[in-house]
Amino acid sequence: MKILVCISHVPDTTSKINFTNGDAEFDTNGVQYVINPNDEFGLTRAIWFQEQQGATVTVVNVGGPDTEPTLRKALAIGANEAIRVNANPTDGFFVAKQLAEVIKNGGYDVVIAGKESLDYNGGMVPGMIAGILGYNFLNSCTGITVDGTSVTAVREIDGGKETVSSSLPIVLGAQKGIVEEKDLRIPNMRGIMTARTKVLTILEPVEAAINTKAVKFEKPAPKSAVKLISADNLDELINLLHNEAKVI
Amino acid sequence: MSILIYAESAEGKFKKVALELASYAKKVAESLGTTVTAVTVNAGDVSELSKYGVDKVLKVNNDKLAGFTAKAYADVIKQAAQKEAAKVVLLSSTTDSIYLSSLVAVALEAGFASNVVGLPVSTSPFQVKRTAFSNKAFNITEINTDVKVLALAKNSYGIFESASSLTEEDFNPTIGDADFGVKVVSVEKVSGKVSIADADIVVSAGRGLKGPENWGMIEELASVLGAATACSKPVSDLGWRPHGEHVGQTGKPVATNLYIAIGISGAIQHIAGINSSKVKVVINSDPEAPFFKVADYGIVGDAFEIVPQLITKLKAFKEQHS
Repeated sequence: MKILVCISHVPDTTSKINFTNGDAEFDTNGVQYVINPNDEFGLTRAIWFQEQQGATVTVVNVGGPDTEPTLRKALAIGANEAIRVNANPTDGFFVAKQLAEVIKNGGYDVVIAGKESLDYNGGMVPGMIAGILGYNFLNSCTGITVDGTSVTAVREIDGGKETVSSSLPIVLGAQKGIVEEKDLRIPNMRGIMTARTKVLTILEPVEAAINTKAVKFEKPAPKSAVKLISADNLDELINLLHNEAKVI
Repeated sequence: MSILIYAESAEGKFKKVALELASYAKKVAESLGTTVTAVTVNAGDVSELSKYGVDKVLKVNNDKLAGFTAKAYADVIKQAAQKEAAKVVLLSSTTDSIYLSSLVAVALEAGFASNVVGLPVSTSPFQVKRTAFSNKAFNITEINTDVKVLALAKNSYGIFESASSLTEEDFNPTIGDADFGVKVVSVEKVSGKVSIADADIVVSAGRGLKGPENWGMIEELASVLGAATACSKPVSDLGWRPHGEHVGQTGKPVATNLYIAIGISGAIQHIAGINSSKVKVVINSDPEAPFFKVADYGIVGDAFEIVPQLITKLKAFKEQHS
């Protein structure tokens, strides 16, 4: 089984978000980048398939040379090889098109991508890959098993969960639950050393439409200070929620 | 040319998000000088949509679509959009609609913006405001394609009545076997509980509750308010509550009218997940808890003393106002 895990290179979840160049660009100054958490859950699950079912795991990222440490981290965690498509990932469709090209040429059975990245939160790339390739698509996956040519997955739905089955090849939108947080792998020294010798292929992008562009960023307006209410005066809280905020 | 919305329903009744989407579409249609068409799937009586400005409904009634299947539903929306020559296609941000929207965008070769908050900033060029960086910022996105697909964030616009004279039309799109490559084996829904996705009020608790055995009062408070329950990341990691209740950057985003956080200190990742909620109430024994910086109302004190009293007082309030 050949698995491709799509990796986004995103600011660490604790990052302070600022903008530069007249609020037209994200300010990367002092920002620590990590593997997108939803992708990391997917990668860990893929490594499990590698260890238990002999799958090979390739990781791919669309980005500039600055994203390579993130790919090397994925290799250190256990991926067999890495691919970087050398392009600026500004638009979801453009990124999906690049990834679809890699998938078409690589003949992957299972493609795992986080259900959304924690920078632009578009949540569009996994579905777009499936749409472009005509593959089946399962979003919001919290569990997955692969048996020969079929896959069974558990996915989150509003107010519950459902179990679905499909044939391969397939694109999966992964999220927390596909593995537990405590099972995420931390690269050890041996993994880091081995990662240096693993293949990282750089591909040039194929031509693709850029359908959207981010023109400007804004930060939420500053909030007024909290109204503190005495613990002995809960009637006041109820009064404020009813008459001032009008939410109860 | 028209604006097409996918009006989501469940058990023959429109979801609240569908009415919000219709209200939003009406306003966008006014600015573009066009009309609103809704496509519905096995929705039963669709007349309710006439209250929210929908001019025409394409009614799809098909037993094959009894259960949600993303590829098939995306195919239905695509064909409806083509039939109406829709330039703007609008979906909600429910789990199902998020699943659908990128498939619809590819099928229509349309530029797509998700998590849209508010009306278009400009219609020429077409620019919308959306959330980014897990609600820590907004981004103005320009869509360059002829057809545009937008997914509206929940509770970001509101529901507004606007009467229209509705025409109804049966619509029979072509659905093939290829649309059903994914088969639903079983569905488990938590019955009798408000889900976070549907909730207007969420009562959430964290490690300050000390253990899963103390969640009874959280559930009771939620029940009095008709709210959903949620929790912080450490709580779901410890297995005190299911993952589906974890709210935050790597969990579920919450955009409710009222979010009550009890015993949650307010890590940056948690705040990012709830920041779109309109009113935030924080109950915490630590006056230095970072959550107080983003809260509208705060109470410093012991949750084990405050919550039971609050339940009693809210019950009395509800009785008075019922």
